Amino acid sequence: MWKWIQKQASPKFFYQTCNRLIPWFFWPFIALFMVGLYWSLVISPADYQQGDGYRIIFIHVPSAILSMMVYAIMAIAGGIGLIWQIKMAEVVAKVSAPIGAGFTVIALATGAIWGKPMWGAWWVWDARLTSELILLFLYLAYMSLNSAFDNPRTAAKSSSILAIVGLINLPIIHYSVKWWNTLHQGYSVGTGGIKDSDMQIALALMFLASILLYALLVSIKARTEVLVREQNSRWVKEEVGRLMV
Amino acid sequence: MTKRQNRMILVALLVSGVFLAGYLGIKAFSENLLYFYTPSDIVNGKAPKNKSFRVGGLVENDSVIRDGMVVSFSVTDNSESIDVFYEGILPDLFREGQGIVASGSIVNKCVRWTCKNTFNASEVLAKHDENYMPPEVAAALESIEIKE
Repeated sequence: MWKWIQKQASPKFFYQTCNRLIPWFFWPFIALFMVGLYWSLVISPADYQQGDGYRIIFIHVPSAILSMMVYAIMAIAGGIGLIWQIKMAEVVAKVSAPIGAGFTVIALATGAIWGKPMWGAWWVWDARLTSELILLFLYLAYMSLNSAFDNPRTAAKSSSILAIVGLINLPIIHYSVKWWNTLHQGYSVGTGGIKDSDMQIALALMFLASILLYALLVSIKARTEVLVREQNSRWVKEEVGRLMV
Repeated sequence: MTKRQNRMILVALLVSGVFLAGYLGIKAFSENLLYFYTPSDIVNGKAPKNKSFRVGGLVENDSVIRDGMVVSFSVTDNSESIDVFYEGILPDLFREGQGIVASGSIVNKCVRWTCKNTFNASEVLAKHDENYMPPEVAAALESIEIKE
């Protein structure tokens, strides 16, 4: 078991696995995203109060969930890198950060666009919105700390500690609407708040598409990162030579 | 003890330390993280006095009186309620029975000879709930409620 993991976690094997997985993430993502968009924008009925404006949840909710999920993956991969010194875990953590930050920006932006007509304000400083903004700052801090060192191992070590410290923000974001009075509404997903089956299917499709998009982006970015890190090894030189032809 | 176990313990200590600190911090600052107070808080004297704050609750049925741009209505949390005055544009979702959050302060408003604590709002935001459904489902739910 341990040997198998070590083999999988060697840069060359990891690179090849990414290579193999990319089409398996790409095509299902395209298919789910197209069907999901059609289901969200055409098949799902309008909301009884918000009309068509509610449809932004099909982007907003998956992005918000992914913004937190990616952070958890980043921190866990960072922790694995710290404890077992697996270099490929460091790579996964590092390349996840800008993707997670992207999901956070989408969640914040779509929330603001929805908030203006529905609430009457682009932004309010309630616990949910503020903690999600802090999540964005955590991603930015992680990325700048990671790029502040020349040695990738030192960079991974310090930024992983930051990522683990920032984990505390995830339960705060999740429970903010329950612990405190917030302007942001409570849970819709998993509580029966979404009462129409087409709305539920559309949201599920968009959520799965987002997960595939994350997996796809990680594979693509990790591949590049491995090549940069291992640029002095023989297999990378051969691979680059093959790609240049 | 191997080096790896050492590192494992360090990471575990880091995680538990951070979560303990977070828990204590949240406990200490919980009051400041409230976005709004409920009408019950105001009646029980928990809301700040002589300072602006926010009140949240449902717009009471049959309480909205419009006079040009001036609107008055009462906000309830189903146990206590408070009268709110507001001058300005209301969000689309504002209606009777809707959750809202208003910011402003308590003033003693006197109409003829009776004086009453009212909330003078400078901003009114609509608070949406967690339910999403097509109009037919909403109508069906409502008819069930009426039958009951």
